[in-house]
Parts: sequence; C-alpha cells; structure tokens
Amino acid sequence: MQKILFIEDESALQKTFGDILTESGYNMVSATDGEQGIRLAKSEKPDLILLDLILPKIHGFDVLKQLKTDKETKNIPIIVLTNLEGVGDVEKALEFGATTYLVKANYSLEEVVKKIKQSLAPKE
Amino acid sequence: MRKWYNYNVSFKWISEELNIFNKCRQYRLRLKDCPQFLFLIMGIVISGSAFTTYALGTRYFVVEPTTVSLIVLVVTGVLLIITFSIVRSMEGLAEASRLKSEFISIVSHQLRSPLSNLRWAAEVLVSKDFGELAPKQKEYLKIIQENNGRMGELVTDLLMVSRIDEGKLLFDKIKFSLEDLAKEVINGLKVLAEASNVAINLEVSEILPQVCSDYKMIKIVVENLLDNAIRYIKEKGKVFIKINNKNDHLLFEIRDTGVGIPKDDQRHIFQKFFRSQNILRQQTLGSGLGLHITKSIIEKSGGKIWFKSQEGVGSTFWFTLPIK
Repeated sequence: MQKILFIEDESALQKTFGDILTESGYNMVSATDGEQGIRLAKSEKPDLILLDLILPKIHGFDVLKQLKTDKETKNIPIIVLTNLEGVGDVEKALEFGATTYLVKANYSLEEVVKKIKQSLAPKE
Repeated sequence: MRKWYNYNVSFKWISEELNIFNKCRQYRLRLKDCPQFLFLIMGIVISGSAFTTYALGTRYFVVEPTTVSLIVLVVTGVLLIITFSIVRSMEGLAEASRLKSEFISIVSHQLRSPLSNLRWAAEVLVSKDFGELAPKQKEYLKIIQENNGRMGELVTDLLMVSRIDEGKLLFDKIKFSLEDLAKEVINGLKVLAEASNVAINLEVSEILPQVCSDYKMIKIVVENLLDNAIRYIKEKGKVFIKINNKNDHLLFEIRDTGVGIPKDDQRHIFQKFFRSQNILRQQTLGSGLGLHITKSIIEKSGGKIWFKSQEGVGSTFWFTLPIK
C-alpha cells in the first residue's frame, strides 16, 4: 500500500483526507506542523507528500526547501495544497521543486485524489 | 467612446454635489477633517483676499506698501494652515482606504479555509463512500453545498477586488480568439439560460483576429456580462452577442431584452458593492462586485467598457480589447 504524508494543521482536513485517502486505497500519515512534517518525511519514507503552506513552527515554503535539498527526501513528489495565492507563490513553490500547486478553493476532493494518482504513477 | 449623457447631468445631481455638509456627514467625517469643507474655506479665503488686495491697493484707498505686504503675509499664513489640514485629512483618508483593503484581504483569506473544509466534508457525504443517503438528507445537503458555493464565489470576488485595489491584479497576456472564449462561456451558462427561458444568439460577421490579454480574466468579464444579462431577464427573453473588428481593436457587444437599469442608478453601476434598485433585485443574487471587477479588468487590458440601458426595454454593454 502506498503511503502519503499529509502536512496540514487543520484537524477537519486531517479527518476528511484520512477517510478519503483510506477509501482510495492509500495509507495516510499525518503531521500537524512543519517540524513534525520534516521528521516524519525522514522516518516514514512516504511515497508522496501533501503539503499546506501556512503551518505552525516551520512555514510550508521552508519545509518544501528543506525536504527538496535533503538527499533522503528529495525524490519524494510533493503536492502543495493551500489557500495561499499571493503574487509569485506558485512560481516559488515550483522552483523549490514541488510537483504541482493546488489552490484548495479551486479543486474538489475527487480532483485532488486524481492529481495524487497522477503524481504517483511511474513516469515513462 | 463614452457618451456625455451616460453621466446623467441633472439639477438634482449638481445640488447633491454642492451640498458639502451632507457629503461630510455621509463620509462620517468631522468638519475639520472633511476635504470638501476645507476646500470651501480655502476658496473663500482666496477670493476674499484677492478682492481685499484689489480694493485696498488700487481702488478706494492708497495704502502704504508695508500694510499691503503684511496683509498678503497674513493671508498666506492662513492658506498654509488650511492646506496643511487638507493634506492631513487626505492622509487620513488614504490610510483608511488602505486599512479597508487590507481588512478585506485578510478576512477573505481567513474565510477560505473553513469554506473549503466545509465543501470537502459535504463532498464526502454526497460521494456515498459512507452509505446511501435518504432523499431528504440529500436535499438538505444540496442546500449546504449551494450556499457554500455562493459564499465561495463571494470570497473569490472580494479577493479579486482587494487585488484590484492594491494594484496586484496579475495579467498573463496571451493571444487568443474572443469568439472561442464567448462560445465557451455560452456553453458554460447554457443550463442557467435554458432554466430561465433565455435564448442566446452569437453573431460574428467575419473572421476575426486574435486579441491579446489574460484569457482567464476576460473569461470572467464575459461570464459576468452574460450572467447579468440572463439573470435580469424576467420570465423569458433573448441575449444577442456580436463581435466586430474595428481596425486595432475588437468590439464586443451584448444586448439583452431584460428589465433594464433605472436612470438614476446608471452612473453608479460600476461602483463597488452597488446593486441597482430594479424590480428583480430581490429575486437575484449578487454582491454588487461583478461589474466593478469587469470594468477594472477591461481597463487594465487597455480596453474600454460602456453601456446603454432603458427600463423595460433592456441593456446593451460594449467593451473593446486591443488586438496587439
């Protein structure tokens, strides 16, 4: 079973994604702040990381940067899932190495799960 | 492009504009902070002193140059003080406006998270992953989803307005076909149009060149205009869309057989949060932000937007977009 690490401080979303990802056949591990997120990324070795940007302790952009510069974690695809939509945020995230940038307000759960599947599919 | 009669110059308008005390009260400002009042005082001082200087210096008395210089000095001092107060009051107003934009931006960002949590939670329930729902449960869930959607749209509009206010509206200019965009929007609003008994007719006279602007933004413009046209048609009616080539720009025209905009409201309709007092106001949903956003987008694209409307006959909106 593929493992997904969900770094998000909203407990409502932890619950929703926990249910929906289990239902879609994934194993979800959750972290509620940036620090815990980085720690779990190293110890749990997930197949994919879903990352919020506005996080306690370490900001999502810094989490992204650290994970993408660390040898152990740099090959894990990271999907940014946030409501932050400021000038240049998308460019910055992609430049740091995020696979895609999804604005929560614009996607349904079904679409998010589809993006997860696409990112996990072996590249040709 | 814009015709003078769109401004609706009338005595009522002139007297409203001249009623300074009323204006200051409307903005909830004290007299000493109200620019209109301060300008009036400055005007009185300037014209009074000009007249006094003229009277003293030339006409009635022959006064010593020292006295004249003293008077001029005093008047200059008074004017300086007034000017200083005006600048201070302007600063206050600018700061208030900045705080307001910041407030809108923060609030709408904060509102987005609970809204998406709610939307996704409802989606899980509807998806039947956790069991089939009874028909009544489905009905109420639909109400939750619809209202969540409405609030989401409002928050998106508010964010757009705060970006416009802060000058942070991002434009990703590309070349695209306005005709294809119009077809896409018509297709997207087909269900609403059919439900409202509105027939949409698109007329393009010739093969058109592409326009250069932000595709998503112009889509918002056409969506807003067509959505308004459909919503403000009572019972049944028609919408005619025409796109014409005018050398260096394209002219987009959208005419409806709707209820029209009351004459007194016409000069306000592009203002933020303004909603016309027309007969369908109660039945139609709206934040009063659509046309404000539409105008800002068109102007930022280097185009112009204007309209003509008659109550009971309908409205026609035009906008232009540069080809290059």
